[in-house]
Amino acid sequence: MNAFLAVYLRELLILKRRFKRQLASMTVSPLLYLLTFGYALGRHLEMGGHSYLEFLVPGLIAMNSMTQGFSIAQDINVARFYFFVFEEIQAAPASRLSYVLGEICAGLTRVVLSALVVMGLGWLFGVRPHYGPFFWLAVLLNGFTFSALAVALALLVRSHADQSLLTNFVITPMAFLGGTFFPVENLPDWARTLLDVLPLTHAARAIRADALGYAPEWLPFAVLTASSAACLMLAVWTVEKAKD
Amino acid sequence: MIQLENLVKRYGQNKALDGLSLSVAAGESFAFLGPNGAGKTTVIRILNGMTAMTSGRALIGGHDLAKEPLAVKKLCGLAAQNLNLDGELSVRENLEIHGLLFGMNGTDRQERSQELLKYVDMSERADSLVKTLSGGLKRRLMIARALLHRPRLLFLDEPTVGLDPAIRRRLWGLIRKIRQDGVTVFLTTHYIEEAEFLADRVAFIHRGRLVNQGTPPELMAALGAWAVDRFNDAGIETRYFQTREEARNHLSENEFEGTLRRVNLEDAFLAQTGKRVAE
Repeated sequence: MNAFLAVYLRELLILKRRFKRQLASMTVSPLLYLLTFGYALGRHLEMGGHSYLEFLVPGLIAMNSMTQGFSIAQDINVARFYFFVFEEIQAAPASRLSYVLGEICAGLTRVVLSALVVMGLGWLFGVRPHYGPFFWLAVLLNGFTFSALAVALALLVRSHADQSLLTNFVITPMAFLGGTFFPVENLPDWARTLLDVLPLTHAARAIRADALGYAPEWLPFAVLTASSAACLMLAVWTVEKAKD
Repeated sequence: MIQLENLVKRYGQNKALDGLSLSVAAGESFAFLGPNGAGKTTVIRILNGMTAMTSGRALIGGHDLAKEPLAVKKLCGLAAQNLNLDGELSVRENLEIHGLLFGMNGTDRQERSQELLKYVDMSERADSLVKTLSGGLKRRLMIARALLHRPRLLFLDEPTVGLDPAIRRRLWGLIRKIRQDGVTVFLTTHYIEEAEFLADRVAFIHRGRLVNQGTPPELMAALGAWAVDRFNDAGIETRYFQTREEARNHLSENEFEGTLRRVNLEDAFLAQTGKRVAE
């Protein structure tokens, strides 16, 4: 428990020192998407009885919860390869699980902050969806999945350059294809089947359903729970693999 | 306190450690002396959970590293070669995080942090961000942090590398004080004077193997007490003598330019390996 607190506290102190910068970086992308896709392009579009902005805001929250959760990979990577802070963790009597959970909680803190940022931006654009418990559950499960994946991949990669490649090839395509900007249901069957494998597709579906007032479906939550558990196990395993 | 049996570490075809065995008694100050790449840091990394050994056995404080890694880590403090401090956190925050990692309670963390900052003469820098500290202060903080949880065994991996001579001597004083307080010290160095000044016992490591070990006087005695270095086109040729008189006579009888000096650990290392520590 103490080791978990140590890892989490360290990340919180760093977040506190970088808070303004962090907040600005969480704001830029969703603001640009809202302006370009939501306002300029989709102002007159309708999606199943809702404005495109109402459709887009929950999608952006899903996307941001993924990218912000995954963004801890960059910090773990820098701490590992440039500042060697990970060595301090390795030398401590900390269980692998406590380290991973500490980092995941750091990721989830960013996820919640980023969701609040997008909710605030949506409010400025006149979008007032329903943010109920199922909305938050989906945000947190999605954040958990990608934070845990971030820990695992940050410990598996052998260099900083590899980390950037992973972000380019895994996260960026998912951000655009996982139901953030358009309904996956509009795509051909083969593409839908492919995209249904992605946790983000399910997160966007669950987050959007609650935000737009629809009843929750069990499948997205089951998929997100399973992906969270799988990524957690992978992350715990990689802590040992990070030894050279 | 430390017992290593046939430690092997391979990286592909390369052997970083090639069947290394040694023991260090509780309360001893032990130095690993060897050139860069000899395997010194690999041993420290294995014993502190950063590197996995390929084969062999390591017992620390009676605990088997492979079976009880967390029990071993509780006994050990490490000031690694890399300055692995959090630059964006303050001195106090770095100590706080370390104390939490090692399961210390809040009051103990605070009191011990203050005590150790005083010990390393850094009390006035407690709230400074670590990135603003000089190299010497960072090294001192690394040692304070490694001692925070009251380890019985302190690993110091090249503790004074890159520091100027005055700061190096100041750190030596600190390390001797730690040793006098009853902590077993295991240090690696490629500085001859550092090993001579700090260690009760020295082990020479070369290409992942232990080539010799003993107290500094024991290791040097085999060669003699005095050395004459002769400089020629091939480099430095050194001859050893039991007395200063013999050495002086050698210098005056053979008309060449040379220097007379005391035998040091580097001579002993050179005699064993054919290489200088700094090579």
